[in-house]
Amino acid sequence: MSPATTTTAPRPARSAPNAWRIEVVRRAGVDDPAASAARRALADAGVSVAALSTVRGYLLPPELTRADAEAAAREVLADPVLDDAHIVEPGHAPAPRPGVQRVLVARKAGVMDPVALTVGRALVRAGLAAGAGGPAPFTATFRGYEIGAQGGAPIARETLLAAAKRGLANEIIEDVLVDDESLHFGPPPPSPRHQLVRVPLREADDARLEAISRDGHLSLSPAEMRAIQAHYRSIAREPTACELETIAQTWSEHCKHKTFTGIVDFEGEVIDNLLKRTIKAATLELDRPWCVSVFHDNAGIVEFDDGFDLAIKVETHNHPSALDPYGGAGTGVGGVVRDILGVGLGARPIANTDAFFVGPLDLPESQVPKGCMHPARILTGVVAGVRDYGNRMGIPTVSGGVWSHPGYLANPLVFAGTVGLLPRWAATKSVEPGDLVVVVGGRTGRDGIHGATFSSAELHEESEIVSGAAVQIGDAIEEKRVLDALLRARDERLYRAVTDCGAGGLSSAVGEMGAECGAEVDLELVPLKYPGLRPEEIWISEAQERMVLAVPPASWERLAAVFAAEDVEATAIGRFTRTGRLVLRYHGEVVGDLDLGFLHEGTPRPVRKASWSRPAFAEPGAPPARDHEGLLLRLLALPDIASKEWIVRQYDHEVQGRSVLKPLVGARMDGPGDAAVLQPLSTSRKGCALACGASPRYGELDPGAMAEAVIDEALRNVVAVGGDPDRTAILDNFSWGNCEKPDRLGALVLAARGCHRAAVAYGTPFVSGKDSLNNEYRIGERSIAIPPTLLVTALSIVPDVARTVSMDLKRAGSRLYLLGSTRAELGGSHYLALLGARGGTPPRPDLATAPRLFRALHRAIGAGVVLAAHDLSEGGLATAAAEMAFAGDLGCRIQLGLVPCPDLPAGFDPDATRLYSESCSRFLVEVGGGRAREFEAFFEGLPCAQVGTVDATRRLCVEGVRGGLVLDVTIDRLRSAHQSGFSS
Amino acid sequence: MSTTRALVLRTAGTNCDAETVRALELSGASVELVHLRRVLAEPARLEEADLVVFPGGFSYGDDVAAGRIFGLELRHGLLEPLCRHVDRGGHVLGICNGFQVLVESGLFEREPGQHELPPRGIALHQNASNRFECRWVTLRAERCAASWLEPGLLIPCPAAHGEGRFVVRDEAVLRRLEARGQIALVYAREDGTTADAYPANPNGSVRSIAGICDPTGRVLGLMPHPERNIDPWHHPHWTRSALSGARTEGEGLEFYRRLVRAAAGTRAAAAVP
Repeated sequence: MSPATTTTAPRPARSAPNAWRIEVVRRAGVDDPAASAARRALADAGVSVAALSTVRGYLLPPELTRADAEAAAREVLADPVLDDAHIVEPGHAPAPRPGVQRVLVARKAGVMDPVALTVGRALVRAGLAAGAGGPAPFTATFRGYEIGAQGGAPIARETLLAAAKRGLANEIIEDVLVDDESLHFGPPPPSPRHQLVRVPLREADDARLEAISRDGHLSLSPAEMRAIQAHYRSIAREPTACELETIAQTWSEHCKHKTFTGIVDFEGEVIDNLLKRTIKAATLELDRPWCVSVFHDNAGIVEFDDGFDLAIKVETHNHPSALDPYGGAGTGVGGVVRDILGVGLGARPIANTDAFFVGPLDLPESQVPKGCMHPARILTGVVAGVRDYGNRMGIPTVSGGVWSHPGYLANPLVFAGTVGLLPRWAATKSVEPGDLVVVVGGRTGRDGIHGATFSSAELHEESEIVSGAAVQIGDAIEEKRVLDALLRARDERLYRAVTDCGAGGLSSAVGEMGAECGAEVDLELVPLKYPGLRPEEIWISEAQERMVLAVPPASWERLAAVFAAEDVEATAIGRFTRTGRLVLRYHGEVVGDLDLGFLHEGTPRPVRKASWSRPAFAEPGAPPARDHEGLLLRLLALPDIASKEWIVRQYDHEVQGRSVLKPLVGARMDGPGDAAVLQPLSTSRKGCALACGASPRYGELDPGAMAEAVIDEALRNVVAVGGDPDRTAILDNFSWGNCEKPDRLGALVLAARGCHRAAVAYGTPFVSGKDSLNNEYRIGERSIAIPPTLLVTALSIVPDVARTVSMDLKRAGSRLYLLGSTRAELGGSHYLALLGARGGTPPRPDLATAPRLFRALHRAIGAGVVLAAHDLSEGGLATAAAEMAFAGDLGCRIQLGLVPCPDLPAGFDPDATRLYSESCSRFLVEVGGGRAREFEAFFEGLPCAQVGTVDATRRLCVEGVRGGLVLDVTIDRLRSAHQSGFSS
Repeated sequence: MSTTRALVLRTAGTNCDAETVRALELSGASVELVHLRRVLAEPARLEEADLVVFPGGFSYGDDVAAGRIFGLELRHGLLEPLCRHVDRGGHVLGICNGFQVLVESGLFEREPGQHELPPRGIALHQNASNRFECRWVTLRAERCAASWLEPGLLIPCPAAHGEGRFVVRDEAVLRRLEARGQIALVYAREDGTTADAYPANPNGSVRSIAGICDPTGRVLGLMPHPERNIDPWHHPHWTRSALSGARTEGEGLEFYRRLVRAAAGTRAAAAVP
């Protein structure tokens, strides 16, 4: 039986699209979970509906015959068991049905629609549309929601529209129609016709310079505009639009890290290049021979084994994710994966890591600032974006975290990271004059071009269309195709260099690759998604899934064949030269001719003021707790601590079959593992451990201590599972407020210096990093900055995967040891946050002791005497012990009097401090009774004490320092509290 | 007995090819990984294989529906050679997205020897949870036409999909599948009893069906991934059971070994007309 392809009595409608419309619905009696989800989403947005069914809609070319349209429905669009299809002919609309209200959601013109691209190609394959050789026919998709009669009056149109906009669509990229069938069909309108645009700059005064920068969305400072003006005066001509755009992209904070590499006046002390003096200095001082490539390529590279290296990069993708959480997070993943494809001659991505920082998830809807999305919706969206991009590419997402804090309400942060595997010979690249500039992958559209450019006043009137198209939408399968083709071409050694098209698009990619020699590009050769782009739009478009290669002419034919075999477009668009100039032509006319020396070295370096003063809070100490059980249960349910199982299970964390230690571990696979461990090569028993650390709550109190603590946390996590602290590389990702403001920049100086101190002390070099420095949101006159946020990611070599340790308790009768000292450091702790107290001293690692402790634990793990190990972090000893117990489906008994803890100052309750202090460099370790002395021997002269035992009671029992139980709770209660943190 | 030759077909979005190739090789097969485009251009390549494998992934992004477009390509370009391959004794395996592709292709419901496909009565629907889920499940082999699968064999391995709920058009379809020995693998609890609820049955499949075969037993498809349980440390409990140091391999390898053994020599039989 084929799907019913009925034609509902259509009515001609002038506004209806000139396209065959196929509406696919679930057949009566077929469960439709998407409809239940939509009903919930509408209810959350304030409209309860009794009956709702979903429609998957497709608009196909009007040139198809009716028979073709019916065949398309039957063969391609509808499932013969699950679906029915309704076909409406071009220029017609479905007949209205009494009592049914229809909500349609469709992408705005020009917004990338990967499904529509697939449908177009499928029509060609099924022989329903011509297109062999040429581009597939244009098609479009939409979603529909049919809302049944309420038994009373229909829902007011405006009410339904508002709820649909909030719950079912994202207005930035989608149009929402209620009982209105006027769907758009066709590519976006072309830009006004190209004329060579020169921007009159040489005679402009400061006000005019500022206006040019502002109106053109160039984000160039007055000093930078003056430097550009001086350059063009010296060469006695005006810049072209293409040139000015290129300079703006190249000099942007995103590409150039002007703040981090600039000159800082920190309370009178001049720091020339903060990055070089702190982060990079640590790597240079450590001079580890296993660091293959650091800081100069798209990712850091470290040695692995057996002729292979590992590459790693973590990126921020904050602003796009605030606008469109799903698309923003997806393109964030796509971007960092391309960094890995573009490091050296390209690496194979083997793992993803993703960290999210969002506002309070339980915030009442009324307190969400205007123009912002509710944090819970942002989190759901970014998780789905990461899921769909990572899963489709077949890269396991194995690590990450969620942090919640009011400071992220208007400025959520999304960090996406990727680990790659590459043969050692592929770690370096070069560009030779004469090599072809080849762009591969997706086509170029107006994606990611921010609004209008300088010259054309008319463009402003179109800015809505332009900004709709400006959002970047990813197409994971296009990137997967690029991956498949690129690595095959790499192994045939068909190109000499590769880089990704990220921020700034081709302008950055070609500009960087040609920096040492020169390049010329014919912009009309770049394949376009739709006609009508101006040359500067082509040049700076941030359309996704594109890479640029330097290909020796002799290899071109073979390279083109390799890419064609994978259905990937590869196009030679220019040549690298030896002129030291970047020359851009459009149909033969020179539209840009830039001196590469000026482009890369001409940025002025202003001096920025920085200062910092400790926030004025009274020391809250550690107040005693009346109800430790209640407190612990609340701690376990906090978003930062609670189980992330609902997120982890949506990620395919097993694909590629390299998993050794999964994100969730233990008897019921519900224990939060400290780090994921992978076996990158089946020919080597070596593994790699991946984990991260962050603590914005410490950052508010003391950015320097925060940096040290966060590095300590990332290292604890990898060491706990068996990572070698002496073979660990770390990455820094700073997300900060506006560093034009001295206090924000002062905090950055302190944090960067903390990074230097800790990296040197632990012997862990930074191999890559990235910063995002403008995370402020203006509400009226008030500007709110995010808390200083440093995410540190650690990648560690595990000498033998068979020695990997998980955190779940293993055996009744074994001993529990606490490593490290517990101190009066509750500042920024979750304990104080729950009590509503602020201030205090945040934890800071003892940099003399901690590295020795980590090495000792690593040796003990290597000797096989450790049954389980878990780091103490958020929530301190209490949460660590609880997690180990329920993960192991066992019980344990801990005596707080045995916890290594120096004398506490007044105001620090001895039990509360021992249970909830988040002091650094601590682990809770399970050791079999028979190997206790062997274990203890590794820790001579280091803080290490047996604090308890493992039992089969399935209870967590804690004796206070004065004796007597302060906590006695079943692991079932602990587990359910841990599982209850996210209501979604 | 000659070495089993396996042809693993990949296309845009295939992403479990490497681990599938490895599992087949560890099971003794000689494996060739080929792009679908090449096989569409030279369908005769199927004749060189004893076993044709459709690995997991997101072919064409699972756009429209999981496996839909790849299935369309099979029906339009490869159906006849695939039917011939099966009819002469060759084996076909589809895992996860490969299973979805085979369901779309119609191969499971074909009468052996016929190249005409009856209307489809089975489908892989969206998970009841409405989301992609990655979790370990236990597979139990049933008494079925795929006699190479030992009934009662338990295979713990990960499932990772969003559209894996096995459904039928009506009860008659289910009865027919049962009568012809087509129910090959079901979701079970760790103790081997049939899973009757989520999450042991991870997607809401009717009768907890995780995999089926065609009436010959030579075409088999399943949603979960035995190729992801090959090494001793793939199992989520290995750090608990490894206390004894006993694990030498993952349970998924036995599945591939049996299949590779069963498929051995079928190509040679075909070579003699």
